[in-house]
Amino acid sequence: MVVGWFTGEGDGFRLLGTRCAACASVFFPREDHHCRNPACAGGALVEVPLSRRGRVWSYTDSRYRPPSPYVSDPELPWDPCALIAVELEAERIVVLGQAAPGVTVADLTVGMEVEVVPGVLHEDTETTWTTWHWRPTGVKA
Amino acid sequence: MTGEVAVLGAGMHPWGKWGRNFVEYGVAAARAALTDAGLDWRDIGSIIGADTVRGGYPGYVAGATFAKALGWQGARVTSVYAACATGAQAVDAARAQILSGQAEVVLVVGADAAPKGFFRPAGGHRPDDPDWLRFRVLGATNPVYFGLYARRRMAVHGDTPDDFAQVKVKNAEMGALNPHARYRKRVTAEEVAASAVVADPLRLLDICATSDGGAAVVLSSLEFARRHGDADPVRIRAVSTVTPRYPNTVLDLPDVATDSAVAVDPPAETFRMSIARAAYEEAGVGPEDLSLAEVYDLSTALEVQWYEDLGLCAEGEGAKLLRDGETALGGRIPVNASGGLASFGEAVPAQAIAQVCELAWQLRGEAGQRQVAGARVGISANQGLFGHGSAVIAVR
Ligand SMILES: [Zn+2]
Repeated sequence: MVVGWFTGEGDGFRLLGTRCAACASVFFPREDHHCRNPACAGGALVEVPLSRRGRVWSYTDSRYRPPSPYVSDPELPWDPCALIAVELEAERIVVLGQAAPGVTVADLTVGMEVEVVPGVLHEDTETTWTTWHWRPTGVKA
Repeated sequence: MTGEVAVLGAGMHPWGKWGRNFVEYGVAAARAALTDAGLDWRDIGSIIGADTVRGGYPGYVAGATFAKALGWQGARVTSVYAACATGAQAVDAARAQILSGQAEVVLVVGADAAPKGFFRPAGGHRPDDPDWLRFRVLGATNPVYFGLYARRRMAVHGDTPDDFAQVKVKNAEMGALNPHARYRKRVTAEEVAASAVVADPLRLLDICATSDGGAAVVLSSLEFARRHGDADPVRIRAVSTVTPRYPNTVLDLPDVATDSAVAVDPPAETFRMSIARAAYEEAGVGPEDLSLAEVYDLSTALEVQWYEDLGLCAEGEGAKLLRDGETALGGRIPVNASGGLASFGEAVPAQAIAQVCELAWQLRGEAGQRQVAGARVGISANQGLFGHGSAVIAVR
């Protein structure tokens, strides 16, 4: 549903942002039209992969089913989903994402190292909607 | 300094879940504000409606909708939208009209009939809308962001869930004294702790509800106020409607990520801090001059954050200010004497106007049992989705 936010598989999985060729500002989600640095005259916006690992800035979870347009099966009980905001050191950016399945708030602390991994947002009989997940490093799903 | 305008009247429709059309709430609030001002609707030269997001047009053209309901009388009309900061922008538009001489006396009205449950974006497949995207891709409701801020405070400043609960206890105590509030029951810290977790570490009683409600103010030039026999009205001295500065490095609703600070160092102050500073500069006052503050307590933890962002205490010391009782009635700087959103719930376009109503009543000494003794200077603070700052400073 969103094009070009991530790429690759397994250890090669990366979030994709863009970088301004003039001022080196990084944008995620990708900015493809104009650099948003007000001091920049504007340069070409080039696709760049973001750092694979970062540190937890904060985290929380959704104990109640989020409303649409989030898609979930109302027939199934709601399984609380953890969300992690992750600080990427090289890019000096904080990126929010869902935690990998099985990771709960009890597994997390602020400052902990996490890595980006491919995930499934939801699937029906015809389509699988993929996404990114954050997972504590050293944890193998 | 840009000059002052008078608050001649303030009025509200009680907050609650009444199940009626927002126009009813707005008209009731408007009539109350007109009565309070001692003016007839036909005396009003300009009406400004704070827009609400309704399917169909009337919510988006709130100024004309309220004007028609009150009875067409030829007034100048304006409608404004800035998410949670809508009410403050409506007040700002009124002030600009008065100070520029376009209008002498202006009625500002905001009202909403909130949908049940979580706020959600408008329908359809709209991947170009950041608000749609955060729900679709992450299931990130508003409480998710409040939970992130709360957890961050716990990690960085050592705040505890009990600190957050004490905000609810304090605000519920003051809300119990306010006839316009939706929730008028005192709450204990044990009750907060026993309520269901919504977004860890925040519980149901840490998070404000959605409500129906309406609020209105009548603003005028000081010259009009004098002619009208009000030589010493409450005056609005500043309205802050600033945007953030790049790079905005605190994760903000409804964004999936912050701005990157890799090319430009972040500004010395956060967006929320800059909202207050702009108001202080315009008003020529500082936090030490304040008698009271009305802040947007979408969550209990966020109220503690505002203490620091408004400069009521140093960074990291918000919970101490609360524990010392300084932000309670009778403390050095009572915060949310109205009961805050904890007691009202969110009625988006009305809330920032309701904050100004409370400032007006407090500064006039008409706040009854929740009166802040000797109130002379008050600030309201609020932040709208998509980078809308909002603060109002009123003086007497
Ligand atoms: Zn640039």
